Amino acid sequence: MQIKIKLNGKTVSADVAPDTLLIDFVREQGCYSVKRGCETANCGLCTLFLEEKPVLSCSVLAVRADGKSVTTLEDMQEEAAEFGAFIADQGAEQCGFCNPGFIMNALALFRENADPSEEEIKEYLAGNLCRCSGYEGQLRGIQDYLSWKKGRERINENS
Amino acid sequence: MMTIKEYRRVQSLEEAWELNQKKRNRVIGGMLWLKMGNGSIQTAIDLSNLGMDKIEETEEEYRIGCMVSLRELEENQGLADYTQGALKEALRHIVGVQFRNLATVGGSIYGKFGFSDVLTMFLVMDSYVELYKHGIIPLREYAANDYGRDILIRIIVKKTKASYIYQSVRNSKTDFPVLACAAAKTEAGKYLFSVGARPARAILLLDEENLLEEKAGEVEAEAFAAYAKKKIVTGTNIRGSAEYRTHLTGVLLKRAILRLA
Repeated sequence: MQIKIKLNGKTVSADVAPDTLLIDFVREQGCYSVKRGCETANCGLCTLFLEEKPVLSCSVLAVRADGKSVTTLEDMQEEAAEFGAFIADQGAEQCGFCNPGFIMNALALFRENADPSEEEIKEYLAGNLCRCSGYEGQLRGIQDYLSWKKGRERINENS
Repeated sequence: MMTIKEYRRVQSLEEAWELNQKKRNRVIGGMLWLKMGNGSIQTAIDLSNLGMDKIEETEEEYRIGCMVSLRELEENQGLADYTQGALKEALRHIVGVQFRNLATVGGSIYGKFGFSDVLTMFLVMDSYVELYKHGIIPLREYAANDYGRDILIRIIVKKTKASYIYQSVRNSKTDFPVLACAAAKTEAGKYLFSVGARPARAILLLDEENLLEEKAGEVEAEAFAAYAKKKIVTGTNIRGSAEYRTHLTGVLLKRAILRLA
C-alpha cells in the first residue's frame, strides 16, 4: 500500500505491506534510535511521537500513520542532548539501550507538564523500562534538569 | 506474529459491519492486544475515519466514541470529576502513557478481556454500549452475553449521581491486575460492585440481601465481604491463586464500603 508520512519534517512516500509496523518502517528509513526491547508492548523503547503524542511504534501499523507526522529522536537532537547530559551526569544508565525511548517520553512529559512532581514523573515514565538501573539516577537527573531549566528561565525573565 | 493481508479504512459503519461478518476479518482498535497473538487476519478493519474518537458531554450523559484512547478518557476533566477520580485511577496503572495513547476504549470493552480495568470500572457506572445492529444495550447485559460480530459504536454513561471508588492489586507497577474492584454508591443509597481480573471477565455484584441497606459500618462491611467471597468465583493463573484472589475480594470490597459510607 502506498503511504505518505511526514517523518522528522520530511515527506516520505513508500510502498508498505498492510502489516508493516511503524517501528520497522522508521528503522528502514534510517531512524535507528527507535528500538524493539520486548514483544509485549511494555518496554517503551520504541517510543516516537505520532502527531506530537508519544506512542509505542511497535503497535502501530505503518498504514495507520499515512498522512500523519512522525517524530523520532533523530529530529530532537538539541533538546535530547541538553536533557541527556543531566542523565549522564548521574551515571544513570549502563548499557543505554533504553535511553532513546526514555528521552522521547521524558520530553513528552515536559511538554505536557513543565513542572511535574516526583509522583507525576514516576507515573508518566512508568512505561519505560530500564533493566540496568533502579531508576533512581534517572529521577535525580530529571529533577536536576528541571531545576536548571527553571533557573535559566528566571535569569531570562530578569534580563 | 500477527499477519494482515489487507487493510481497509472504512467510510461507513455499514461497510465495517459487512466486512466484519467474515470470520477472518477483524476490527482493529488500538491493536495492542491483537498484536500479541499469532492470528492471520484477511482484512483489518480500521474505524478511525468515522469521527468516533470524541467524548461528547450532554446534560444527561457522556457519549464516548469507540476510538477514544484510554489516555483521552483518563484526561477528560468532566469524567474525572463525575467519578471523583475513580476512572482515572482505573486507567493510570495500565502499562504506560504511550500505550494508553493507542489503546482504545472500544477495543477494551469489545474484547471483554478478563484482565480489563476498563470493563471493571464501567460496569459500576450507569453505562450502555451502542451497537450498529443491536442498538443501545446496558453494559452489564453486553458483558454477560454474546452479540456476535456487531460493531461497537460508542459507550454511553448516564450522569446518575453516585460516589465511586476504584482499587486494584498488582504484583508490579504497570502489570495486569491480580484483582480489580470498582464500587459505586448511588444517591439513593444503592451499592454496586464489580470485580475483574478474577482472572475471568469482570462481573457485577449487587447488595441483593440488603446487608448494607440500613447501615454500612465495620460489621456490615465485614458481612458483605464474606457474602461476596462466596458469590464471586475466582481462578488461578500465573499472577495469583484463586484462594488469594478470594481473600483480596473480601479486603477490597470491605475497604470500598467503608470509604463509600
